[in-house]
Amino acid sequence: MTDAVRVFLVDDHALFRAGVRAELESISGGEVEIIGEAGSVAEAVAGIAKLAPAVVLLDVHMPDGGGAEVLRRVHTEQPDVVFLALSVSDAAEDVIAVIRAGARGYVTKTISSSDLVGAIKRVADGDAVFSPRLAGFVLDAFADRPGAAPISDPELDLLTPRERDVLRLLARGYAYKEIASELFISVKTVETHVSSVLRKTQLSNRYELSRWATDRRLV
Amino acid sequence: MKHPSITWDDAIVSPGADDLRVPPPARREEEENTGPPKLYRHRTGRIVGGVAGGIAEHLGVRVLWVRAVFAVLVALGGAGIAAYAMLWLFVRQESQDAPVHEDSGRGRQQAIALLVLACALAFALSNFAGPAVSRYGAPLIIVLAGAAVVWREADAAQRKRWASGVVGKGGTSGALRVAFGTLLVLGGLVLVLINGRSLGLTQFVVLAVVVALLGVAVLTLPWWLRMVRELGEERRARIRTEERAEIAAHLHDSVLQTLALIQKQSESPREVARLARGQERQLRTWLYGPDGYGRKSVPTEPGAAEGAEPDTLGAALEQAVSEVEDTFAIEVEQVAVGDCELDDRLRAAVQATREAMVNAAKHAGVRQVSLYAEVEDDAVALFVRDRGAGFDPDAVSEDRHGVADSIKGRMARNGGEVRIRTGLGEGTEVQLRMPRAVVAGR
Repeated sequence: MTDAVRVFLVDDHALFRAGVRAELESISGGEVEIIGEAGSVAEAVAGIAKLAPAVVLLDVHMPDGGGAEVLRRVHTEQPDVVFLALSVSDAAEDVIAVIRAGARGYVTKTISSSDLVGAIKRVADGDAVFSPRLAGFVLDAFADRPGAAPISDPELDLLTPRERDVLRLLARGYAYKEIASELFISVKTVETHVSSVLRKTQLSNRYELSRWATDRRLV
Repeated sequence: MKHPSITWDDAIVSPGADDLRVPPPARREEEENTGPPKLYRHRTGRIVGGVAGGIAEHLGVRVLWVRAVFAVLVALGGAGIAAYAMLWLFVRQESQDAPVHEDSGRGRQQAIALLVLACALAFALSNFAGPAVSRYGAPLIIVLAGAAVVWREADAAQRKRWASGVVGKGGTSGALRVAFGTLLVLGGLVLVLINGRSLGLTQFVVLAVVVALLGVAVLTLPWWLRMVRELGEERRARIRTEERAEIAAHLHDSVLQTLALIQKQSESPREVARLARGQERQLRTWLYGPDGYGRKSVPTEPGAAEGAEPDTLGAALEQAVSEVEDTFAIEVEQVAVGDCELDDRLRAAVQATREAMVNAAKHAGVRQVSLYAEVEDDAVALFVRDRGAGFDPDAVSEDRHGVADSIKGRMARNGGEVRIRTGLGEGTEVQLRMPRAVVAGR
């Protein structure tokens, strides 16, 4: 891709938006272009409709419903717009909620700028982006525990051993390239596995997945 | 833009995709606003107690229909009166600043017409119902009318209290209205008594006492209820105040102090980062921790969590991570899958993990370290990884105790295994595996 990725920034903290904008513009070398930003759900929905960005960097925690609400309102109208959740929240229920609402990835706000550029390009290319933390959440959610609910659709409700391997390495902080060489597969295959895990996370009907996220901290 | 194997359309078109979404956490407030409006008695545009208007808004129907239903219920043996009185007493009036409901003259006329019609019908029907009903019917209606006047005044008195804190200017006329209502109630009751003349003396006295008590109860009901409500409200207000004070104190002790320290230390980025990280962690625990402020659960004794020995693997690792982060000013990205009770072996494993993180902090020359912990059925796997300098394992001298004793020795003594992957310039990953003593379900 030679064109700059057109990015729209949604966060209710103006200071944070300014920081991300400055960092992305200085470090990405023209690969990423911020075409607009919004500080509220309503602004975001209007701005995305008007500017049709390729990628929306979306804060999870906002007044009036947060990132999930933006996703719900934009998603059906503009299926081509890709969302990358960016949050300080560690709370599993928030992270899983935006993923289930349709985000293509989740990274924490402490991510380095170059990694963020990488993540933006990756979701713009249609791949999924899993931070180590999200990988951990998903592994945990799909874990086979005693007393787990019956699996209604193995296609969606179970991770393959290979997908588990990939997720484990992601959680250990490995980059895609490192995962590929560790498992003797191509980077493309790693991407396919991660996308498949994302799809399962979004569509699985497993009772665990919704319940898990809410009572994770009560264990 | 090329599409991946899964497109957005898949996600949207899939049957039932909507049902699969995780419901938003219940603590979000906007969810409450999406349902039907809560049931409140209307303060403005009311005929008697504002009950019908409130129900109409709650159900989303026209107020005329609600009034008609009440009228029919009144006509059918007076059930409507009981229902209305109950709702009047137990449904709260809407607050002072609620929007004004339009009070169209026509609606008012219709309502009053309905009311009169209902009363007349009830009266007429009661004549067929038997002598007892007809004998007590008229006095009862007088009693009820009196009660309605008094209760209305009670509503108004409450409004004035909210408005000015004392009984407002309408004091005299209000008192007059209360007196009038009381008179009506008493008069009605006396009529009931007069109708009971035919009874014997003892029965008459008993009836009189009962009727008198009933009168007092009916008249004072709104005040009793209000007292109970205000007690509850006062308690809530007190809790809110205490909570606010607690938040303020916490912000002062933690955030403000840290910001002051950061300003003093602004020369040293490392120190600033350390302070900021420490504060962030503290705030996070406070907000999202097991007893955290952001949790719905009742907080335990303040300070109970601090200083206590952790009893789960996750908590122990978290403690180790925060110690290492604070001491060496690095950042540890901690990811945990599953959790379990801590036993002696796992305690040793946590110690070894801590040592591995310390090594990474001291020698790798990077600021970020990843920690991944996974609880499996029969073992716990721990990975500490950095992308730093790495080292040549063969070149490490024997007198370096860090790796040999603290990690390998500790793990070996407890039946665990250690693998170290490293190389010059390739970073280091310490892989630890400790069998679990008991295979216990989570």
